Amino acid sequence: MIKKKSLFLKTPTGIDGLDEITKGGFPKGRPVLICGSAGCGKTLFAIQFLVKGITEYNEPGVFMSFEETASDLAQNVSSLGFDLDKLKAENKLRIDHVRIERSEIEETGEYDLEGLFIRLGHAIDTIGAKRVVLDTIESIFSGMDDLALLRSEIRRLFSWLREKGVTAIITGERGESSLTRQGLEEYVSDCVILLDFRVIDQIATRRLRIVKYRGSTHGTNEYPFLIDENGISVIPITSLQLDYRSPTTIVSTGLPALDKFFSGNGIYKAGSTLITGTAGTAKTILASYFAMSSCQRKEPVLYFSFEESPDQLVRNMASVGINLKPQIKSKLLHIHASRPSLQGLEMHLLIMNKLLKELKPSTVIVDPISSLITIGNNSEVRAMLVRLMDTLKMKEINSVFTSLTHSGTSEYNDATVDAVSSLADNWIDMTNEEKNGEGVRSLLIIKSRGMGHENCQQNFKITNKGLQFLQRSKK
Amino acid sequence: MAKEKKMELRLYIAGQTPKSTLALKNITRYCEQYLKGQYSIEVVDLLKNPQLAEGDQIFAIPTLVRKLPEPIRKIIGDLSNEEKVLVGLNIRPITA
Repeated sequence: MIKKKSLFLKTPTGIDGLDEITKGGFPKGRPVLICGSAGCGKTLFAIQFLVKGITEYNEPGVFMSFEETASDLAQNVSSLGFDLDKLKAENKLRIDHVRIERSEIEETGEYDLEGLFIRLGHAIDTIGAKRVVLDTIESIFSGMDDLALLRSEIRRLFSWLREKGVTAIITGERGESSLTRQGLEEYVSDCVILLDFRVIDQIATRRLRIVKYRGSTHGTNEYPFLIDENGISVIPITSLQLDYRSPTTIVSTGLPALDKFFSGNGIYKAGSTLITGTAGTAKTILASYFAMSSCQRKEPVLYFSFEESPDQLVRNMASVGINLKPQIKSKLLHIHASRPSLQGLEMHLLIMNKLLKELKPSTVIVDPISSLITIGNNSEVRAMLVRLMDTLKMKEINSVFTSLTHSGTSEYNDATVDAVSSLADNWIDMTNEEKNGEGVRSLLIIKSRGMGHENCQQNFKITNKGLQFLQRSKK
Repeated sequence: MAKEKKMELRLYIAGQTPKSTLALKNITRYCEQYLKGQYSIEVVDLLKNPQLAEGDQIFAIPTLVRKLPEPIRKIIGDLSNEEKVLVGLNIRPITA
């Protein structure tokens, strides 16, 4: 993951995905400014940089806190599995809380911040620190009067940090017209990262953007990031390219009768399949066949269910003879159920990516993608689906997307189906039409890339043994 | 003043810089003038004992800390403003 550029040395950030965006990490031996408004995750970001630096790269670190006390800090991050006390006991981490109490300090005459330098220097030298965090140095401005002096001292501090050769994170509160309240970005000019916490349509998303990275290329987009029980992760979902491999292996759809409609007697591995249809046309059932087929090959399946709970899905599928339970038990099938409105699209994508990383499935089912339209506009949903499909392709994962369509024309028809249908390798449309007072189910293979396929509508019925195709009455 | 406890002061410096020397000169002068025999001044050079900085929450140099009587008071700077120092240490000039 870490590629060394010829001259420019970098320090891995310890934050999932950020090394990819920054092409290797933070500039080694230089200060990095992390800014953002209150509650956007600055402190956590900094802590993770230190903790992972110790645990993964064996680089001791010093945390100089101007806000929280050492014990508060340890408590706050313990929920993320960071044991600061243990690292302190091992002499890998030092936390120094600098308390500036305006009420007990009087200023008279000239002074400098040499005391701070000595403290920091002492902490760095004691444990041989390679990483330093100053969180949030701007608090010093509220504790003292002589702003001009503070500014020049902070400038001196940053160049001193450079001389020390430590990679430092300096956090700063977002100002109204500048990145930080005190304009710290003027002093730290090597690498500036902006964190953002935004609520759009009542859905909150955290985002990260590299504002500046002198001497290095970097991703320029806004990347969503996630704070969960494992800390912060950023997934650079937009850094994908159209250069994935295309396997020629054939896999079964899970229905031998359906396989026969494809000239390859199945579909290509790592292909994407779109199943569309109006309500009640057995889209989920067909998707479940795909899942079962993968399970039978002992290949793990990740099933994103946006409408049914895992339990409900298991029960409903059991009624048509598809037994998902043993597959869940043997951990081949993982059903991740969540409401689309639980979080923003980016977050859904991020969670999907995280699960992909953790579970390494061979088959992914998203049921249905049409419900995502409730939380984003068409272009957003489309962009997200394109990215998701790209990711799946890159990882050579079989994917199945179901999408609810509406009979007749509807605004909902466009977005998701349009987005996916042109990208999908296979497209199966399912219908349930009334003919002579009787519902007749049928499916039609609209397309199958790189393969011939049956062009007729295939009638089928659903019994408690599953989906059965009806013999076509030849006329 | 004589009835009160002895005042314990500690002056943090980092090497013999002009600011530090001036601060020590100033505080000694004030103490001699107003607290004769009722004070002690300890000078801590952080270049020699950097580990002492954390305990008294020192970040600026020079810093004068009034350890006793409590509460702890801090005065940063070269202590050139006599009035501010006296107010900060809660010393009442005899003339007032």
